[in-house]
Amino acid sequence: MTLQAVLVIAAALFAVGLYGAISQQVLVMVMMGLELMINAVILAAAGLWWFLAPTPDGHVLLLVVIAAMTVEMAMGFAVATVLHRSRGSDMTDMSTDLKQ
Amino acid sequence: MVTVSVAWAPLALLLVVAAAWWAACLDAVVSGGRWGAPAAEAARLLRQRRRTLLAADRLLWRLGGGGLLVAALLMVAVIPLGRWTLSDLGVGVVWFNAMDVLVWALVWMAGWGANSTHALVGGYRFLAQALAYELPLMFALTAPAVGAGSLRVADVIAAQHGLWFVVWMPVAFVVFCACVVAFSVQGPFAAAAAADIGGGVLAEVSGVDRLLLLAGRYALLAAGSAFAVVAFFGGGDGPWLPDWVWTLVKTFAVLSVLVLVRRRVPLLRPDRLVEVGWVLVLPLTLLQLLVVSVVVVVR
Amino acid sequence: MTGVVQTVLFWGLGAVAVAAGVVVFRTDSMARATYALAASFVAVGAQVLFLHLDYVGVIVVLMMVMEMAVMAVYMVMFMGMNPALMPMSMVHSRKTSLGVAAGAFIVLAGGALLVPWPARRGAPAVDLTVSLGQATMGSKMLVMLVVSPVLFSTIVSALVLALPRSRYDRLGDDLRRRPAEDPQPGGVGR
Repeated sequence: MTLQAVLVIAAALFAVGLYGAISQQVLVMVMMGLELMINAVILAAAGLWWFLAPTPDGHVLLLVVIAAMTVEMAMGFAVATVLHRSRGSDMTDMSTDLKQ
Repeated sequence: MVTVSVAWAPLALLLVVAAAWWAACLDAVVSGGRWGAPAAEAARLLRQRRRTLLAADRLLWRLGGGGLLVAALLMVAVIPLGRWTLSDLGVGVVWFNAMDVLVWALVWMAGWGANSTHALVGGYRFLAQALAYELPLMFALTAPAVGAGSLRVADVIAAQHGLWFVVWMPVAFVVFCACVVAFSVQGPFAAAAAADIGGGVLAEVSGVDRLLLLAGRYALLAAGSAFAVVAFFGGGDGPWLPDWVWTLVKTFAVLSVLVLVRRRVPLLRPDRLVEVGWVLVLPLTLLQLLVVSVVVVVR
Repeated sequence: MTGVVQTVLFWGLGAVAVAAGVVVFRTDSMARATYALAASFVAVGAQVLFLHLDYVGVIVVLMMVMEMAVMAVYMVMFMGMNPALMPMSMVHSRKTSLGVAAGAFIVLAGGALLVPWPARRGAPAVDLTVSLGQATMGSKMLVMLVVSPVLFSTIVSALVLALPRSRYDRLGDDLRRRPAEDPQPGGVGR
């Protein structure tokens, strides 16, 4: 178990999440991709913390990352609900009419 | 606190199953049956052939049914028996909380997997109920942790030497017990498996799966009672007898009381429960927490 | 635990986490996709426990299982077409996404392996949970003071966005209607 191992696994998780976030059409599935990316960030941050500077400061920073994730999810659910109510759909392609 | 080898885990499982068995037998007797009724039912279910359903999601279904027992065992992993514990985790209280959250997923999966309307309604009912009880449960668990100034279960027990937390945290204790009954889908909180939806999550399970699900519910009740003992009744604290005997005696006592009391309360509707949980019980629990915090600061 | 067993377990958990992550976007079942993501988070939570961050690891498991239980409800509710009943592709720009993801992996993993990481600074505290508690309630209290209003305003703004009805719908134009008119009456009888 080395720092490199942790970071490679985190990179793989991040790449899978990135694929999902870009390719999925449904908003909830995009959120799943974002979640997976944050999952990777948590793992990478934990690895960097333990192998580089195991101080309480980094520990607190990880808690902040987790808090950011809850905010993302809560707002994502709220936006999905609003979109679904107003459009009867939650496909990302259909909510781009501001562009036109 | 002595951390024993993982090889003792089967003993922990045995104790959980024994406690679950006791709860089931007690329940059978007070509802007018025989002591042997759960054994007979278990034997019947073991021989019963599994029902197969069209397009059932077997993977999630089996996970949901069998997972309850595993969740109960994982809860017990941080609960010391006298002075021995399987894991002296520094965040044991949070661990217990995380394991009871697993039940959210497991019960819903058990309802979803069957591909049957009534079972799915049962799964959704449990989620609604879980939203109602989880926050009060978290804050009820926070009270002993604040009282002890630690999330380690061993420290929580040590802090109760002389005065058990149940004496000055009665609200947290009652809320915790109600939540234990709620996460084991029993008594007034059994809407997910109620008769009005043909048994809910139990509607379609048969054979070994049904046995595991029923046993898992009692095992969760037993694990919750054991945690109530370490969080509020001083763990193995007591005169004359060895500490491990005290832990067991108290656990079986709390478990029996929960089994007897839950029969006296009518079924609560999950949709009504959410408001009660958030508007009534949560502020009460927070007040209890405030009292505990003030006592800890002043002391 | 010896070093070898630990390494094998750690890589095993990592493989589970990545494989579950792939399953999320491969499976046709909404429930399986959601709980695959939950499994990925549980595996990462266990890995974080290996890295001695007990509190963060357990919290990740607690939060994400809870969140995915709720997520499953949203998936069933909002997936316009049910891919389990009617298998169909719900993706766009698939090749670009695959390319971007592969590129990101190569850059990140290459960076992880090639960067000369500095030596460890400082030593971990004896009881990390206690040191975290003291940091959040002491030197880093400002962080927590900022996080809590952010979380609170998230609750408020998410509710404002998501709720179709306001208090005027419940209590009437003069806010005097008692009991309130709710499509689903609560248990307290407000």
